[in-house]
Order: sequence, then C-alpha cells, then structure tokens
Amino acid sequence: MIVSVPKPMEEVMNLLKDENSIFLVGCKGCAESCKTGGQEAVEKMEKTLIEAGKKITGYSLIDFVCDKALVKLRLTSYENKIKESDALLIMSCGIGVQAAANSVNKACYPASNTVSLGGRLGEWRGEERCGECGDCKLWLTAGICPMTKCTKSLLNGPCGGSQDGKCEFEPDNRDCGWHLIYERLKELNRLDNLKKYLPPNDYRKSQPPVEFRETIFWSLDQTKKGGAK
Amino acid sequence: MNIVELAGSKFVVTSEICPPKGIDVSGMLEDAELLREKVDAINVTDQQSSVMRLGAIAVSHILKEKGLEPICQITCRDRNRIALQSDLLSAAALGAENILCLTGDYVSLGDHPDAMPVFELDSVSLLIAARTLREGYDMAGGKLSGSPKFCLGAVVTPCADPLEPQLIKMEKKIASGAQFFQTQAVYDPKVFACFMEQTKGFNVPVLVGIIPLKSAKMARYMNKNVAGINVPEALIAEMENAEDKAAKGIEIAARLIKEMKPLCQGVHIMPIGWEKNVPKILDEAGL
Repeated sequence: MIVSVPKPMEEVMNLLKDENSIFLVGCKGCAESCKTGGQEAVEKMEKTLIEAGKKITGYSLIDFVCDKALVKLRLTSYENKIKESDALLIMSCGIGVQAAANSVNKACYPASNTVSLGGRLGEWRGEERCGECGDCKLWLTAGICPMTKCTKSLLNGPCGGSQDGKCEFEPDNRDCGWHLIYERLKELNRLDNLKKYLPPNDYRKSQPPVEFRETIFWSLDQTKKGGAK
Repeated sequence: MNIVELAGSKFVVTSEICPPKGIDVSGMLEDAELLREKVDAINVTDQQSSVMRLGAIAVSHILKEKGLEPICQITCRDRNRIALQSDLLSAAALGAENILCLTGDYVSLGDHPDAMPVFELDSVSLLIAARTLREGYDMAGGKLSGSPKFCLGAVVTPCADPLEPQLIKMEKKIASGAQFFQTQAVYDPKVFACFMEQTKGFNVPVLVGIIPLKSAKMARYMNKNVAGINVPEALIAEMENAEDKAAKGIEIAARLIKEMKPLCQGVHIMPIGWEKNVPKILDEAGL
C-alpha cells in the first residue's frame, strides 16, 4: 500500500493563500485507507476551506488517482468547473498529484505527503515517479517531481549540466527535469515559482508514522499470514 | 584576500589548478607557480568531472602556505549536510576564505561511475549553509565556537539555452549568499554582453570564464558534449586554419578577454592542462 499522511492544515492554507476557487480531487484507493483521500476526508477538507473563505467549485472522488486514464475520464465531466477554478487540491499520493497535474491545465496542489510507496507505483503507466520524500513539493513544481525527474534530485532549479532541455547524465535520452518544470510553469503562467527556495529534505519524514502503523490497513499490508507456505 | 573586496579595486584575474590523483603535488605546484604574480587567486577544483583526486581543502591549504590565494571549490555530489558543513569549517580553519559553491557533475561522468550520487544539498542550499556558518551557526541552529569568514562564490552559464532558468537560479543564489560569480566558458562576446545586460541589476562581480582552445577538434567536442559551451563556427575555422594551434588558441583567448573586459569585473581562465600558457594569454590581453 502507498502510505501518505496529510500535510498540516496550516501548510495547505499557506500553499493555497493566493488561490480563491478550488476544485478538489480525492482518491478512493490507498489514500482512503490513510485518511488522506476518500469521501470523509474530502468533505472535511471542503468544509475547512469554505470556512477559511475559499470557494469550492466542486469535487471528484476517483477510485485510483494514480490511474491516468481514469483521472482523465473522470475530470473531463468536470471540465467547466475546473476551468473556473484557480487551482486543484489533490488528496492522494504524489503519483496521483502527478497524474492530475498531467491531466489539467491548472496548478495542482498536493494535500498530503507521500512517505512510502510500499513497493507499489500505483496504476500509473507514465514515467513519473514519486520520491517518497514525505514533504511533497509538487505544488511548486507544476506537478512534476524534482526528486525523481532531476537526476540529481535538485530542489532549486537546473544545474549547469542542463543543455537544450536534456540532462548531462544521458544527453541523448534523458530530459532535464528542471527544464520540464520550467516549461510547464511557463505554460501555467507561474514562472515565479522558480524563484522560491526549497530547503533540503527532512529525512525523518520519509517513514510511515507510528499512528498509521497501528491501523488495520497497515496490519493487513504487513501480515505474514496467508499465501502458500 | 577576499575576491569581492578585490573586485572593488581592480579587474580580478583568477585561474585554476586541478589536484593530482595521488599525493605527489610537485607537478601541480609547478603549474601553480606559473600563476604567481599573474593572477589574484587560484581555484582548486573539487574532484573535477567526478574524477577522484586529492581534496580541494588540502590543496587550498598547501597553496595558502606557499603564499598563493586559493578559491576552494566545494560540490554537493559526494557529501551530506553534516560532511559539507564540517568540510566548510575545515577549509576555513586551514586558511581558505574564498569558497566556490557548486552542485557538482553527475557521478557517472567520472572514474567511479558506480558511486552513490549524494546531492543532499544543492548549490543554493550549500550557499545558505555556508552563510549560516559565517553567521556563527550550523544548519540545525547550533552555535559555533569561532565562525569562518567566508567570501562566497557561485557559478552561472551565460550561454545556456534557454537562459531564463539560469538567470532565475542566479538571483536565487545571490539571495542565498553568493557574493561573486565565475562563469562557464564564453566564446561569444555578443551573447555575454546580452547576459550582462540582463543581470546588471544583480550587483555582484562577474568573472567571465575562458577556456583556451587547443584545436578545432576540442572546440567541436565541447560544443557537442559540454553543457552551456558554444564555440562559434568562425572561431573553429580560425583554429582549423592556423598552423600554430597553440599560438592561435592563446591569441583567441586574449582577444576574447579584451573584448569582454569592459563588460564585467574579472576573468577566470580554466587552462585544463595548459597552465603554462596562462601568463602568455594574460600578457597578450594586457593584464
């Protein structure tokens, strides 16, 4: 199971401080077990944001936000609501945020931090991966993960090895992750994001928290029973 | 000798040496001696191109002992934040004042391509870490007993395509403590003039990078393989047609320096094996 934990509400409010109307996307897969997605968490988020003065244009619950085809299919029916929104808040793991960001022309903010993929990569069939950093940065980077898309996992822009949009590691085959982020931010008219400083990762955050390890979902995931032994 | 203070009073000239693979520093010191009285400071590279060598801190110390001013390069490739901060302190304790903070090449470019790429910090967070040490604290907020007096430098690629992400990162580096810049090699003064125009509000000394050409083949190799380097076809043709390649390489380097001198605050010559030609280049450039 992919383990995600909610970002502190204070951080979510800070991320959304310049966004007034927001469309919510909630995952009904792993994130529901982690209480970071699912109907209950989404409705609670909706209520909190409305109380904080935000306009919620709508929400969509999707079985697995990591399934790009499913995300595109579901969000198409909310096209008008999404168009009138300033941004989307994605209540899923980091792979789900990347799937959503890849499916809409709006800024997508993560509502959670992904701490462990548990050996899974979701249903995502793209190249995108989550770095399990436990401090999701996709809000700043146009839904493209710098931890996995930049060969060096740099957090503050391209290094000197970026040339014509390619990475010095494999100039013929590998895109420069920060070039992709730059191009996408330009499309979204949010190039100012590149000026913001991202501090180094806190490596303590990339562990499933103790409260989660006490849940039934974790027990089911970790049990040694069953199988053909 | 602090590079920024120096840039306030003169056109700064720096060059660089590469530590040996091993502990025999005699050849390297011969190269360094060629630069004495000719340059203001000498960059000491940190495992250049990810090739394992004698460390930049040790070599900076050796230069200092010989009365030569080092610019100690530190990259993020090989150390986590504990080791980087400790090495910054070590560099300061051993006499290095000028520190150049870089991301570092990817490990696969070097002679230990199977090594772990660390990059826990990047050039921006490394600058912040060094600045914080200078203020008397470590990254965790712990107080230092005795803090270093760093003059912090960073790098930028004026001929990058696209340039905009580089400019944004340059501003971020300045906001994070970069006090001077040394650039990737430039071969086109027009492109450099355009870069300097776009950065004129930044208010930091910029030392333009020069790599003397050895042959047309080298120029083509760099155009193809080194990010941010673009040698114009006209210069490649000049090299191709020259009978004395070395003299031509020196002449072109000197000409580039003369053309770009009015645009910036200094020059940084990266001789890559041609240290003996640096004094000739500087003479021809009138420096």
